[in-house]
Amino acid sequence: MVELQVNGRRVEVSLPGEAPLLWALRDGLRFTGTKYGCGIGLCGVCTVLLDGEPVRSCLTPLASVSGRSILTIEGLSPDRSHPVQRAWIAEQVPQCGYCQSGQILTAVALLARHPRPTDAQIDAALSAVLCRCGTYPRIRRAVRRAAGLMAGEAAS
Amino acid sequence: MIRARLTRRAFLRVGVAAGGGLLIGFPWAPGIGESGTRAAFSPNAWLTVHPDGRVDLRVASSEMGQGVLTGIAMLIADELEADWSRVRAKQAPAAPDFANPLMGRQQTGGSTAIRGFWRVAREAGAVGRELLVEAAAARWGVDAGECLARRGVVIHEPTGRRLDYGVLAAAAARLPVPEAVFLKEPEEFRLIGRSQPRLDTPQKVDGSARFGLDVRLPGMWTAVVARSPTLGGRLRGFDARAARAVPGVRAVFPIESGVAVLADHFWAAAQGREALRVHWDPGPHAGVDSAAIERNFAEGLAHGGVVERETGDVDRTVREGRFVEALYRVPYQAHACMEPMNATADVRADGCDLYLPTQAQTASQETAMRLTGLPRERVRVHTTFLGGGFGRRSEQDFVREAVQCSMKAGRPVQVVWSREDDLTHDVYRPATLNRMRGVLDGKGRIVSWEHNIAGPSILARVAPDRVRGGRDPTSVEGAANLPYAIPNLRVTYALVEAPVPVGFWRSVGASQNAYVTECFLDELIAEAGADPVERRLELLRDRPRHRRVLELAAGRAGWGDALPEGRAHGVAVAESFGSVVAQVAEVSIDAGRVRVHRVVCAVDCGIAVNPDLIGQQMESAVVFGLTATLKGAITVRAGRVEQRNFDTFALLRLDECPRIEVHIVPGTDPPGGVGEPGVPPVAPAVANAVFALTGRPVRSLPIRVAG
Ligand code: FES
Ligand code: FES
Repeated sequence: MVELQVNGRRVEVSLPGEAPLLWALRDGLRFTGTKYGCGIGLCGVCTVLLDGEPVRSCLTPLASVSGRSILTIEGLSPDRSHPVQRAWIAEQVPQCGYCQSGQILTAVALLARHPRPTDAQIDAALSAVLCRCGTYPRIRRAVRRAAGLMAGEAAS
Repeated sequence: MIRARLTRRAFLRVGVAAGGGLLIGFPWAPGIGESGTRAAFSPNAWLTVHPDGRVDLRVASSEMGQGVLTGIAMLIADELEADWSRVRAKQAPAAPDFANPLMGRQQTGGSTAIRGFWRVAREAGAVGRELLVEAAAARWGVDAGECLARRGVVIHEPTGRRLDYGVLAAAAARLPVPEAVFLKEPEEFRLIGRSQPRLDTPQKVDGSARFGLDVRLPGMWTAVVARSPTLGGRLRGFDARAARAVPGVRAVFPIESGVAVLADHFWAAAQGREALRVHWDPGPHAGVDSAAIERNFAEGLAHGGVVERETGDVDRTVREGRFVEALYRVPYQAHACMEPMNATADVRADGCDLYLPTQAQTASQETAMRLTGLPRERVRVHTTFLGGGFGRRSEQDFVREAVQCSMKAGRPVQVVWSREDDLTHDVYRPATLNRMRGVLDGKGRIVSWEHNIAGPSILARVAPDRVRGGRDPTSVEGAANLPYAIPNLRVTYALVEAPVPVGFWRSVGASQNAYVTECFLDELIAEAGADPVERRLELLRDRPRHRRVLELAAGRAGWGDALPEGRAHGVAVAESFGSVVAQVAEVSIDAGRVRVHRVVCAVDCGIAVNPDLIGQQMESAVVFGLTATLKGAITVRAGRVEQRNFDTFALLRLDECPRIEVHIVPGTDPPGGVGEPGVPPVAPAVANAVFALTGRPVRSLPIRVAG
């Protein structure tokens, strides 16, 4: 039994401590919005935010995150109102959608660190997550749009 | 509007939905009887108009990213004159009524979804609209001709009275099905031809979209399967003691494809498989490697193949001009859907439920029927979202595994493939070897063209009756239908079996053949000292669609304008699945690394149903094509596929993605395909730019240049 803090709630999961966080979320807690793509840290579709930083949940042993704050796509907003989600809808980013949780959370982390990211910063950060459907051009646009939305909100 | 007889009137049924709504479907739908009879809500109805005005649509084709859920819903909703903001679309269950008219089966592939349902889907919508109008006219006691349907309401034009669809649904459901309906002329479309947001976007930004891997059933076990590491190997025996000792592992047993390890969750199943000791008979191909396969292809070329197209006299012209010969190689490619293969089955004595990310509902239903002995109506297929498909999910291997596991375990089982399973047990895009021969006359005109293809056949595996006398239509797609006016031309195909299983891969034969033909054409054009765009336009004098996309792409890309130092343009045009696409790539080479800066894409796909979705699919195709052009390939060594994960089978990343601009040729012809036709021109456009930069033709993929 490992105790976790997921999306602001304390939960217990009955997987062994060395099991990756990914499977604890998906199979133990049924937060299936976090995806499996490669299991070895190469694709980024399993990305979650650990104390605000993007981590690859497929490589994160459950025991190492006990008690720390984990944010998954399900916890980003109750109603798709997070600026990154709104930007993603406005730019019509998703195709199959499978990689998008990882893309969105990676963008959230980038914008927390760089509220006005340069194109090079967007490219560098979002290259961490693969998309076989090729949503990259729209991801670039959506990150810029989200930055604009967040700046607007901060100003008002 | 044009009055059109219903193509399927004999089958169409109208019924009353639960709560008094209007239901339109086909007879297989349980619960829909003769017109006017009461019926409970049926999941097989194509469309349901609820009393509160909401409209539910069922879409037969699988949503795998291409936007088909939205596209087909638009066809129905436009003719229905539905209020788009109140339309919901869901995947249809497996049922004969949902067969794609172009394929006779419920299957998504060959870019046939919009093409196949173009007529029937609109008819179903038009029937709904006419019944609702009639119901309103009856209510008002006026002539139906004075009434007009608009955005979910019927309007009596002389008086301006209005009634909401929801209010009319119950009465409309009691009217007889009309003999013929009015279908809109293209200029009357209200949704079709205008970009509509995808219906599935909201679910895909909040983690709620359910993919195959997200299915969770009470009592479900997760299975991973140990499969032969060599192609064609066989199971000799296994020792499961250590596997069974892993906490969470529930069962270990052999199935057709290998040894299944079943557990409470994926992690335990994967640990169990690690602990499993399996004894494999490596089988007859354990010594095979890529070089040996290619030697077989070369032998196939030497023996000659069947003639798939011949005009003029190629043999005579060879002796009369400047002769150019080249060998082109195209490697095996994996699908690498972002969601690895998986399937969930719940087989019981009285029926079977399949939860599948599948492109092939009919085939999946039949797979389960064969394995369980259950009749068709007892096998229910629930299609989830597909985390990519690209042809891979028309296969039945993962379905068979899930059904066999559930039968043996006596409970719901989800079979999960790891990425390693997915890449090493794919059905790959065929590799081919191509001998090209061209002849130029004294004026530099191309007078002769010969293309000899050697390689394996997908159809020989999946539909052997379609390969007659060694002729295989898919292997020569994009080669036998070369669009250029060349007087002497011959295309041959030599079917060479290889131990690597091959399958449909986004754009199929055209994916290799457009690369080979468009690159060799640039070699001949260079030999003649001509311009690639100008010379193509001359050779396409009888092909107005090709000319138009080529002119559009070249114009928008600034073909012929000066480019920054070290950059060059490359061009290619290809027709596939009823559409024609031209692309111009702007490329540079930096320390041996090919960089694609910009791709301008022009597409003619007839009526552009949803322009933004077409844009999305062209962008998608460019990225998909660039991975195969620049990144990797599947190779075989000691009978094993060498690439096991994204370290050795890399996909294009965001920082390698060019600027992509899409231009759509306005069209009024019925729609062509959109999911695949953007792929074939990518590789040759980039390769031709590299040729322009280096002076050396690119005769094999992925592109490797000396640094
Ligand atoms: S699944 Fe974690 S990086 Fe691919
Ligand atoms: S949207 Fe399909 S993998 Fe990214």
